[in-house]
Amino acid sequence: MSRVWWVTMDIEKIKSGIEAAVPGASVQVVLNASPSAQHSLLIGREHAVEIARFLRDDAELRLDYCSNATGVDWLDTETSEKVKVKKLVDGVEQEVDEVRKTRVPGYLEAVYHLYSMEKKHGPVVMRMRTEDRERVTLPSLTPVWRSAEFQEREIFDLFGIVFEGHPDLRRILMWDGFEDFPMRRDYVEPNDYEYEPTAHDAVLEKAKAARAAEG
Amino acid sequence: MDQQLRTELSRQGIFTTTLEELYNWGRKSSVWPLTFGLACCAIEMIATTMARYDLARFGAEVFRPSPRQADLMIVAGTVTKKMAPQVVRLYNQMPEPKYVIAMGACAISGGPFKQGYNVLKGIDRYIPVDVHIPGCPPRPEALMDAFITLQKKIEAQSLTGPERPRHLDPEAPSEFEVPQYGAHDLVPAKNVKLWNITLKNAPNEPCVVGDDGHRKD
Repeated sequence: MSRVWWVTMDIEKIKSGIEAAVPGASVQVVLNASPSAQHSLLIGREHAVEIARFLRDDAELRLDYCSNATGVDWLDTETSEKVKVKKLVDGVEQEVDEVRKTRVPGYLEAVYHLYSMEKKHGPVVMRMRTEDRERVTLPSLTPVWRSAEFQEREIFDLFGIVFEGHPDLRRILMWDGFEDFPMRRDYVEPNDYEYEPTAHDAVLEKAKAARAAEG
Repeated sequence: MDQQLRTELSRQGIFTTTLEELYNWGRKSSVWPLTFGLACCAIEMIATTMARYDLARFGAEVFRPSPRQADLMIVAGTVTKKMAPQVVRLYNQMPEPKYVIAMGACAISGGPFKQGYNVLKGIDRYIPVDVHIPGCPPRPEALMDAFITLQKKIEAQSLTGPERPRHLDPEAPSEFEVPQYGAHDLVPAKNVKLWNITLKNAPNEPCVVGDDGHRKD
């Protein structure tokens, strides 16, 4: 008999557990519609450290191992919907279609994958979101899971999320004087196109632009 | 000396040579590489030195841990922009005569990471490379072939004249500019004295796309 150690956790149960243990904590379940059904917990920034402590120390969960921390960049999105609006047209009230655009500001997201070595279950996926793409501070979870230290540094390096409470927040892959955040979706890489013998697709576009710029 | 006379003399048990041949024979038979590797190609380089492939047969068994004692730099692996200044500095610290083998797709061109933001598009932007080896990673045989190619190159070097080795030419540069970390990229992005291929002197990018949107060339 094979031992199943990959237990999918009941995410709603964890959510109610957090809400009971950390008063005032904001926890949302983000459902994953794909067959993997890896739902995740979206937790508020304010109580993140307490929630993380609870997840680690709770006798039933004991999520003692943070295997992975990564970042996601969500750009600003614009949704447009058609709304019927009553308007006065030539003195007569009429129903007119109007396109209403709503701009949803983007945000940066830190995603943590938690396992329990003791209970042999996991993963529990936990997310935190920054306010928007300009105000980019999140609480560091390194005091809770030491293994997050380098990974949070990497998120800081590549996405530019500032982790408050991190013991040593420096760039880890790029050099210290580097100013950009290369994994952000609006990152513009240095224009260093060189001759490419088999250019195609995006590289061919680059080639054409470089030749046009050279005149 | 006449080749025929030489053969005749050697039949009689008299060995003749020239200073140049002797000098180059000594140089090519004791090329000591610098101990350093940058990525997976380094594993193949290590394999090349071990018993199965045994680079020692060609006089390169002593990998020196200090650039001051090394003659050959095997750039084995991906050169990231963060690592490039250190590689150039190590090269500058090696005494003449010194040679460079760029091993593998990354070291010669950036390889699969060429279009990335953090990888150098080939180490020959900053230091002169004597032998390029393609492959990802190249097999130990390929490294040995490159090494033998380098030995042939050393052997063929004339000690006088314009083609003489760099260490015999007081005008020839022995050190090259170490790039600095800039805000967005390395400064300069390439050493134009070494790397002067521009789009103007490069051929056009050929691209023939068929009706189905796929490339035909």
